[in-house]
Amino acid sequence: MIDLNSCSIDEILSKRRSLRRELSAATNLQELRIAVLGGSTTDELVNLLELLLLSSGFRPVFHQSEYCRFYEDAVVDPQALIDFKPDLVYIHTSCLNTQNVPPLNCAEADLPGYVQAETARYCQIWDSLESNVGCQLIQNNFEASPRAILGNMDSVSPGGMSRFLMQLNIAFAQETAKRPRVILQDVHGISARLGIRQWFDWNRYFMYKLLLTPEANLELARSLASIVRAMYGKSRKVLVLDLDNTLWGGVIGDDGIDKIQIGRETPVAEAYTAFQEYCLSLRNRGILLAVCSKNTEEIAKSGFAHPSSILKLDHFSCFKANWEPKHENLLAIAAELNLGVDSLVFVDDNPAERAIVEAQLPSVAVPNVGSEVSRFADFIEQGRYFEPLSISSEDLKRAALYAENSQRAVMEKKFANYGEYLDSLEMVAEIDTFKPVYLERIAQLTNKTNQFNLTTRRYTVAEMESALGGSGYLGLYGKLADRFGDNGLISVVLGRKDSDALHMDLWLMSCRVLKRDMEFAMLDAVVDRASRMGVKTIFGYFIPTKKNGMVSEFYSTLGFQPSNVLPSDLPEGSTAWKLDLAGYTGRNRHIKILEYSNA
Amino acid sequence: MPDLTPDEVLDELQPIFREVLGDEGLTVKRSSNALNTPNWDSLAHIDLIEMVERHFKVKFGLGELQDLKEVGDLVDLILEKKG
Repeated sequence: MIDLNSCSIDEILSKRRSLRRELSAATNLQELRIAVLGGSTTDELVNLLELLLLSSGFRPVFHQSEYCRFYEDAVVDPQALIDFKPDLVYIHTSCLNTQNVPPLNCAEADLPGYVQAETARYCQIWDSLESNVGCQLIQNNFEASPRAILGNMDSVSPGGMSRFLMQLNIAFAQETAKRPRVILQDVHGISARLGIRQWFDWNRYFMYKLLLTPEANLELARSLASIVRAMYGKSRKVLVLDLDNTLWGGVIGDDGIDKIQIGRETPVAEAYTAFQEYCLSLRNRGILLAVCSKNTEEIAKSGFAHPSSILKLDHFSCFKANWEPKHENLLAIAAELNLGVDSLVFVDDNPAERAIVEAQLPSVAVPNVGSEVSRFADFIEQGRYFEPLSISSEDLKRAALYAENSQRAVMEKKFANYGEYLDSLEMVAEIDTFKPVYLERIAQLTNKTNQFNLTTRRYTVAEMESALGGSGYLGLYGKLADRFGDNGLISVVLGRKDSDALHMDLWLMSCRVLKRDMEFAMLDAVVDRASRMGVKTIFGYFIPTKKNGMVSEFYSTLGFQPSNVLPSDLPEGSTAWKLDLAGYTGRNRHIKILEYSNA
Repeated sequence: MPDLTPDEVLDELQPIFREVLGDEGLTVKRSSNALNTPNWDSLAHIDLIEMVERHFKVKFGLGELQDLKEVGDLVDLILEKKG
């Protein structure tokens, strides 16, 4: 199979139709309805996006607005869009679509008015789509102006197009940040990285109203595909690094700690230092780091004792240095971190190691980083593996949490029994009905949890909001803290009441709190609230996926009995379970429970 | 690609037309055009021109693009650009 990530546009264009046939043949693709509202011809973009999404496990169905009718189709006559029932609307516009451009003699004091008028036009689009369609929206900001009539002054003078677009981009950033359903695509940055001269294609524009080059459309499509992957919980979570000639120059086992190249003394050492800094910055935003190296463990670890090493041992959530094949170590890393292998990105300067991992574990991302350390970060960036939709404080804390988990694992060994260990953790949970302040995190957790997830149903913030308002729903979240730190919001359950029965549409938990009895605390809370709503029986369902095997017997562990009443819309292999509430006694023994308090 | 003949250019165009128009058995002639060739719509035309330009490493001018009527024109234009 061809790797679309590293393919040139020429290869893709010349094989697009055969690629499409080949990729469409895959089974288990998730249907995704995407409406594209364009300010120019968007067919080429849609064709490229289709390929990339097919290769990411989606089967996209597209609807495109009539040429340049993005505003009208969204605001004036949205019926076609409503009928299409999109999961996602992409509004693709360029600086050529701006209408409130200030005149050359614009005064400084008047510029904000033009910016505001243009932003207001887009707010109308977003408002209309939010209320009529209600799905996620992606809106791009603007590339730099293709012309600078005023030369360098174009970005200074209030009448310069460059200045106008800069201010407009700031206004877009501020406005979209307030709207949870609008994701801003940074075309300003994407086009700058490609280069404005390779962005616009004027002949195609005048011939077919197709504004962008195929290269530009491919960059846009790659960026969109990464946003979609992020929306559906498919962003990667771990950067796995080789050591020798990847994190430092030289071979630690041969050269020793004094001879490896790291620090500021030589250009090569500086380049390795810069790469370590890049890795650390990923870790600081919540991406986990792991080591996978062919080395003796003690010797491998000694490299991080180098006084100039930016990375220290405690920055790694998992450390595998041995002589086993790397693909086996990658499996072990994924298992230890309770993540899927498809969460891993593997970086190694050695092409032979990359090749074997690619062949043995196709779902691990293995960017072809070459052997030049100064380019490693570029290649990782180009893969867009770690696209976030929002930077929550949870993300920023996650890396620290996983480190705390390893500490817990070490402690665990010293106790006589597991209950004693759990008590020693001094766990405190906050369990309560959904609160608006947590909705975003609830939706985020719901959409990226794959393993401890009984039904793997995905919900947008909007859909969660409606569950929050509806009286027939019971939505509970759980947060868990212990003596090592706060794990944050880690469990979500959603039940639907039908006379005296409660049907659990959703039951999921983050794997970072596995084996902590949090599920019992959640069950106690569900039973407590459900009884107060007049519920007599709770029905639980398990829908099998490739990843959630670990919870196939979940309801049985909670004390549910198998039920033969299986809703007909559940796929084959699903199971149903029921629990009579009469005589229920609390199951949680080790966690202290609090309710929500915003004090 | 020095000294290409019109027939050679036409031969090299065949796989491009087959891919873009989605017809493995297609053979275009000099007289083929959008009206007498199935699937050759305006969107396919964009892809055809892009792939022809990239394959032969030529860039067509706006006026040239505008005057293209049939495959023969395209062959002649490529020869003119490469010559």
